[in-house]
Amino acid sequence: MSAHGERTFGDVVLRVDDVSLSFGGVQALANISFEVRDGQVLAIIGPNGAGKSSMLNVINGFYHPQQGTITYKGETRRQMKPHHAARQGVARTFQNIALFKGMSTLDNIMTGRNTKMHKNLFWQALHMGPARKEELEHREFVENIIDFLEIEHIRKTPVGRLPYGLQKRVELGRALAAEPELLLLDEPMAGMNLEEKEDMSRYVLDVNDEFGTTIVLIEHDMGVVMDISDHVVVLDYGRKLADGSPDEVRTNQLVIDAYLGVAHD
Amino acid sequence: MLYREAGQFKTSYAKDQAIFPILQDRVMMVLMLVVAFVGVPMLASEYWLSTIMLPFLVFSLAALGLNLLTGYAGQLSLGTGGFMATGAFAAYKLAVAFPEMNIVIVFLLSGVITAAVGVLFGLPSLRIKGFYLAVATLASQFFLIWMFNKFPWFTNYSSSGVISAPPRAVFGDFFVTGSSASPANKYLFTLVIVCVLALAAKNIVRSHVGRSWMAIRDMDIAAEIIGIKPLQTKLGAFAVSSFYCGISGALWAFIYTSSVEALAFDITRSFQILFMIIIGGLGSILGSFMGAAFIVLLPIFLSNAPTMFGLNISVDLISHMEFMIFGALIIFFLIVEPHGLARLWQIGKEKLRLWPFPY
Ligand SMILES: Nc1ncnc2c1ncn2[C@@H]1O[C@H](COP(=O)(O)OP(=O)(O)OP(=O)(O)O)[C@@H](O)[C@H]1O
Ligand SMILES: [Mg+2]
Repeated sequence: MSAHGERTFGDVVLRVDDVSLSFGGVQALANISFEVRDGQVLAIIGPNGAGKSSMLNVINGFYHPQQGTITYKGETRRQMKPHHAARQGVARTFQNIALFKGMSTLDNIMTGRNTKMHKNLFWQALHMGPARKEELEHREFVENIIDFLEIEHIRKTPVGRLPYGLQKRVELGRALAAEPELLLLDEPMAGMNLEEKEDMSRYVLDVNDEFGTTIVLIEHDMGVVMDISDHVVVLDYGRKLADGSPDEVRTNQLVIDAYLGVAHD
Repeated sequence: MLYREAGQFKTSYAKDQAIFPILQDRVMMVLMLVVAFVGVPMLASEYWLSTIMLPFLVFSLAALGLNLLTGYAGQLSLGTGGFMATGAFAAYKLAVAFPEMNIVIVFLLSGVITAAVGVLFGLPSLRIKGFYLAVATLASQFFLIWMFNKFPWFTNYSSSGVISAPPRAVFGDFFVTGSSASPANKYLFTLVIVCVLALAAKNIVRSHVGRSWMAIRDMDIAAEIIGIKPLQTKLGAFAVSSFYCGISGALWAFIYTSSVEALAFDITRSFQILFMIIIGGLGSILGSFMGAAFIVLLPIFLSNAPTMFGLNISVDLISHMEFMIFGALIIFFLIVEPHGLARLWQIGKEKLRLWPFPY
């Protein structure tokens, strides 16, 4: 049972249709199809090298599949530039944190608002009038995210100096700053202790509840997956093994053999 | 003891975003400006003004320009000399073609022209980075200098290729170029330009534009994924950087040396300015000034040091020592402290802030 009880969802916001992707001889994804509904938390699980990260990379336009299409908010495409996806409301975090190491927590999260800031160079150089007003408005928004993620104390710290768990949190903050409609999280809890995982799960669920953000996340910890997701897609060697509610997936024999069996040895 | 952040509560984000949130820093800045605008012109000799302060200011501006591009946006460039030359020749052509045009406008326009040239030569940055980009900008350096030497149109067909800057006043008879311009006038005029442009640079780097530069510098792929357009961002950095370098070149030719010649902006100039930002601090406005000061002052210090300490060292050896010290320092800063003198200064301040309880 998912942590938030019986839930109903909106229309399909993202449809992955028959997507295949290979790197030279390696088939990372083979004929993958699934749907994500508005407001859902969907988990992608599977053993190492199953193609989970590749799937996220295809969704936000970072990898271009050789076959198949992605339909996002009614628009069908195969190729897209990542910055275009960002402007369409797709934000993400990475398996190997991709923060801007030389910048502070605050500045990193502020970059998440970049697509919403338009005042031109002239006003910026003067730092007056509209540019100053804009900066302050966005700063306020970002401060709310900082409060929400409880990272006030590291606001001015260069992120390169932060421990791993906090970096993951800052990266989530940067993604949230863009006010995404679709949030892609690649192993947001990897390498965290139990307490940090609980915090992170809570943030994910709060974002989903409060802003109705649709979330696609990759996670290895089955406990977490069962707790927070509404729907689970299982990948193995680039193929889709199963696709259903956490309970359906948990009892699916194929999944037990291929993945759960291994993980719970 | 007096350098304290404690007790100064930042009551709003606006205050927190101030350039110098700490009172003591603000006081210090005001003092520096008073010294620069009042103290120096009153106390410094003409020799000091025109051979130390002027080149220091002009170099600072060029270092600032390169630092925006390399230190903030992460695009390594060896074309600084070429861009300075562009600014110098643009200013010359404009000043001669439009004698009525105010010299401030001439300099601004020559900055704009250089910005356009910078964007053009910045185009390869969309495909290549790091070392390869450095080589591409090196090519633009050679091309630009070759072009200014090759086509006599740039020097208005002067036979020697060396031309003197025409005399111009900012207002009334406040001449800043030409033989009737006093060193004090030149110094004050340059100081105003450099201060205004430094403030503008500081404002740009703390705005969303500056953040997008740093994002591209730190991780270009992640930057693109959060919606930063690499093309606009990189070319924007080239434009702004070249604008600064162009004005610096115009000031060099018109105010510092009073002559326009391509030779002054050859490849060694590009390296010299790169060394300034490495020693001063990559990604630091203050560092650009510190680096420029260091490189202007070191040779003077070295040539005076032997007599000061009563040593007998040949001039030859001194100039060699200069190279050796530069080399050693550059290696030191590249390996140990890429944020340069500015970072050392900041560490010193942090220590002071905690003093006398260092924890
Ligand atoms: N850019 C790339 N170039 C070459 N091969 C790649 C690339 N990206 C992924 N692959 C390959 O595609 C396959 C799937 O990789 P992917 O990173 O999507 O797996 P994953 O499910 O995220 O694994 P993990 O749990 O280890 O993160 C792997 O065999 C990987 O080596
Ligand atoms: Mg992965």
